[in-house]
Amino acid sequence: MREIPVEQFRRTLEHEALQAAIYTATGRLMKERARVVAPEVLPDFEELRDQARQIKRHTLDNLDYYLEQFENAVVKRGGKVVWCKTGKEVVNFLQELAASKHARLIVKSKSMTTEEVSLNEQLAHQHVEVVETDLGEYILQLAGERPYHIVAPALHKTRYEVGELFRDKLGVEKETVPEKQTAIARRALREKFLAADIGITGANFLVADSGAVVLVTNEGNGRLTTTVPKVHVVVAGLEKLIPRAQALPVFLKLLGRSATGQPLTVYTSFLAGPRREGEIDGPEEFYVVLLDNGRTRLLEDGNKRESLYCIRCGACLNHCPVYRKIGGHNYPWVYSGPIGKIITPQFLGLAENAWLPFASSLCGACAEVCPVKIDIPTILLELRKEEQTLALRQGKGRAERLMFRLWAWVMKRPALYEVLGSIAASVLPCKEGQVWVRDIPAMLNRGPVNAWLSQRDFPTLPKASFRQIWRKRVAKG
Amino acid sequence: MSRKYVLNKIRTALGRWAGQSADAPLVTRLVIPQMTTEEKVAIFLQAIEKLGGQACRAFSSSEVCALAAECIGEGPAIASNSGILQEYGITALPGVQAGFKDPEELKAACNSSKVGITGTDYALADTGTLVLFSSYEEARMISLLPPIHLAIVPHERILTGLDELFSVLPQPAEVSSSMVLITGPSRTADIEQILVRGVHGPGMIYVIVV
Repeated sequence: MREIPVEQFRRTLEHEALQAAIYTATGRLMKERARVVAPEVLPDFEELRDQARQIKRHTLDNLDYYLEQFENAVVKRGGKVVWCKTGKEVVNFLQELAASKHARLIVKSKSMTTEEVSLNEQLAHQHVEVVETDLGEYILQLAGERPYHIVAPALHKTRYEVGELFRDKLGVEKETVPEKQTAIARRALREKFLAADIGITGANFLVADSGAVVLVTNEGNGRLTTTVPKVHVVVAGLEKLIPRAQALPVFLKLLGRSATGQPLTVYTSFLAGPRREGEIDGPEEFYVVLLDNGRTRLLEDGNKRESLYCIRCGACLNHCPVYRKIGGHNYPWVYSGPIGKIITPQFLGLAENAWLPFASSLCGACAEVCPVKIDIPTILLELRKEEQTLALRQGKGRAERLMFRLWAWVMKRPALYEVLGSIAASVLPCKEGQVWVRDIPAMLNRGPVNAWLSQRDFPTLPKASFRQIWRKRVAKG
Repeated sequence: MSRKYVLNKIRTALGRWAGQSADAPLVTRLVIPQMTTEEKVAIFLQAIEKLGGQACRAFSSSEVCALAAECIGEGPAIASNSGILQEYGITALPGVQAGFKDPEELKAACNSSKVGITGTDYALADTGTLVLFSSYEEARMISLLPPIHLAIVPHERILTGLDELFSVLPQPAEVSSSMVLITGPSRTADIEQILVRGVHGPGMIYVIVV
C-alpha cells in the first residue's frame, strides 16, 4: 500500500496563498454553477439529471453493443478505431503512427484520458514534440506539473508565477496581466498549430449512431487541433459513449453549467470522420483510440458500475470540503477530488490506494451536485468495506475486529452497558456547564484514546442516563 | 487482439453474448417553445451581446453590406464561399479575399487576415449560438483563425435552442464531417479565474441578422 502523504498534506494546508487560491477558485465555480441551475433559471434541471443518468446506465449496461455500433459508423465514414487494453498500447500505437507520418510535432488539446497515459514523456523519447494547447495545460507543461483540477488545471498558479514561467521558458519579458499572458501563449501556440503534423484530443462524448466525437472547449484549441493538422487522433475512455446524437442536448446543457456555469461552452464540435469530398479543410485521417485501462473492471460490479457515468465536469471537486483544503496534487493519480477517490482505486487497484476511500467526511455534497447523480458516498463506503475485507484476509486489523466484536457484545447486553456507562461517567470529568471532554486522566489518555481525542471532541456524559430518567418517570406513573 | 479481448471482457462482466442487441435507449424529451421569428431574433441578439459579442439587424442587402464594410474596416478579411456573402456584395468589398479551395492557401490567408466572414447554417436563440457545417461553402478555419469573426445570419435560420436543432437535425453526421456550435468569443479563465477573450479562436464576434 502506498503511504498516506501526510507531510505533503501539511505543506498544502500551511501554504496560505495556495489555500486562498483553491478556496476562491472553487468558490467561484460553485457560485457560477448555482446561478445557472437554479429552478427559476432552469426548471427542468432535475429532469435533465435523471435523463442523463438513465442514458448512461442504459449505455453501460449494453456497452459492447454501442461500442460495435460506434466502430461501424466510424469505419463507414472513413475513420479507424483502435482498441487498447492499456496506456502502453496507446503509446505504442501513437509512436508507430508518428513514425509512419514522419511526424515531428504533435499538438494536443486538453484531455484527462491522455494524462492517464503520460503520453508526452513517452513520445519525447522518440524526439516527437508534444505541445499542450489549453492555456492552463500549457502553463503546467512548461512547469512540469500535472493538472490540479479536472476543468481548471492551473488554478493553483498565480499570475506572478505564470509571468516568471513564461519569462524563463519562452524568453519573453515578465508580464503579469492575464490578458497579455494569454496573447503571449496565443502567439507561441499559433506557430505550433500551423506546423503540427498530428492533432490529439480527448472526447467529451462518443456518439454511437453517428460514429462521431463530441469535443467541448472554451478557448478554441480543440477546434484548431482538429482542423489544422492532417491527422486527428482521438484518445477516449470506452465509457464515453452515448447512444444517439439526440441525447446530446441533455448532456451539453448539464456539462457547461455544472463545470463553469455556462449554459453552453463556447465551442462544441461534432466530428464524424475525416474531411469529406468537397469540404475545403479538416484532417485527412481520423483515428479513435478506445482505451480500457481498468475501466472494464468496473463493469463487473453492478453497484459500482455507475462510477463510469462521470462526464468530468469537476463539480464534485469544487463542492468537496476535502478537495478545497488539500487541493489537487495530493491525490495519487490524475483524477482528484471525490470522483478521483472512487475511480483511482477501481482503475488501478484498491490495494495500492487503500487510504483514498477513507479520506472523506461522507458529507454527500458531491452526490448532490453530480449532473449524472453518481452516488459517490455509497461507493466510498463499499470501497471501505472491500478494503477492510482485504485487510482481514491478509491478517491485518484483527485487533480492530476484536474491539468491534466486543463493542457489539456489550451493546446487546443492556444491563452490562448501563453498568459500564455509569463507570465511564464517574471516570470522565464533567464539570458544571462543560459540554466537551477536553482533558481526561493521563492514565486513560494514551494509545488509541489519545489519537482519537487529538482530532475530535467527545461530549461529556450526562449525570443521569436516558434509561435512568425513563425508569424514574415510569415509577412516578 | 485487444479488440476481441476488451469486448470479451465487457460481455463477461455484463453477462451478454456477442451479437446480442440492446433495448431502445431512452428517448430524451426535446422541448421546443412556441415563438415568433421576431421573438427569436430579439432573444438571439440579446444573447450575443450578453456573451460579449456585437449583434445588429439589417433589412436590406445594401444595409448588410454597409454594416459589414464598417466591421471589416481596412481588412484584410477573408470570406467563405457561402452564397449569401456574394449575394450581399460582401465578397466584393475592398480588402476582402474569397474563393479559396486549397487548404494550404486557405490556412495562410486565414492566418494573416484580421476578419473572417462566414454565413450561418443555423443559429440558436436562447444561447446566442452559431451553428456551422464544414462544406464547400464554409471552411472550418475562417471562423477560427482570424481574431475577429463576422457572421451573417438569415433570420429564418434562427431556432429556439439546442433541442430544436437536434429535432430538426437528428443526424448531423449525415450532413458534414464537422458541425461546430459557436457560443460567443473564444475565452479562458485559466489564470486566476480572470476572464480573457480571444485565446485561440476569435476574441470578437459580430453578428448581422438579415
